Amino acid sequence: MHSHLSLDAAFSALADPTRRAILARLATGESTVNELAEPFEMSQPAISQHLKVLEDAGLVTHRVEGTKRPRRLAKPGIEAMDQWLAMLRKALEANYDRLDAVLAGMEKPKRKGGTKR
Amino acid sequence: MSKMTLKTEGDTHVVVTRRFAAPPESVYRAHIDPELIQKWLLGPEGWTMPVCINEAKPGGKFRYEWSNGKGQGFFITGEYLELEPYNRTVHVERMFLPDPTPDNHVETRFEPDGTGTLMTMRMTLPDARTRAAMLATGMEGGMEASYVRLEGLLQPAVA
Repeated sequence: MHSHLSLDAAFSALADPTRRAILARLATGESTVNELAEPFEMSQPAISQHLKVLEDAGLVTHRVEGTKRPRRLAKPGIEAMDQWLAMLRKALEANYDRLDAVLAGMEKPKRKGGTKR
Repeated sequence: MSKMTLKTEGDTHVVVTRRFAAPPESVYRAHIDPELIQKWLLGPEGWTMPVCINEAKPGGKFRYEWSNGKGQGFFITGEYLELEPYNRTVHVERMFLPDPTPDNHVETRFEPDGTGTLMTMRMTLPDARTRAAMLATGMEGGMEASYVRLEGLLQPAVA
């Protein structure tokens, strides 16, 4: 079973630029902590701490391979977030679709010389 | 119909664009005339805006209250900083959920686009944490903010 996914934790996790960069990197494939730490001027423990936040938020997961624990994106977490965002997007789009209808019902403004910039 | 885009920019901005078939004058009016606002700025199906106060002048205040008819609701208040008919508005706003959220600074541009209008709404939040919180908790009414495509959120912070 998946652990409980908290969207709030997911979005908070995304508030940090390093964590967004880590996710961007993981979007291209599985990586070890070493590989992830490389592009950042950060210690491995610092990166591990970021990874923990991402794992707790359900966005990243790992497997065990000998002494290594390669990280990858956690699909359910990313999908839950995506779904939720799609809902928001729908609400905003609904606003603008209604605005289209409002605009269609409005009188055309009279064009006057001089109102143009 | 024309497609809306919504993306994050840097750490603190959210940018929404949308094209409309009507000229900038009309789209601008629909954003500041309370009677018109109440017809469209409603979010998901079932929500209404029983209170819409909007003093469209620099320094003018506005207050929008939403209700879902089942006892749930929330409101935002804001102040206009700049109004350039029919090109541009700048305002700050905050939501009450019921505690106030940090101020969202919103610049909305209405540019002629053929016979229609290209609207660009650029929101600036005080910091990345606030933006994330807004994206995560805000918008039950689908108001000013925010959907962010995953690729927008996942923009690498380092080259």
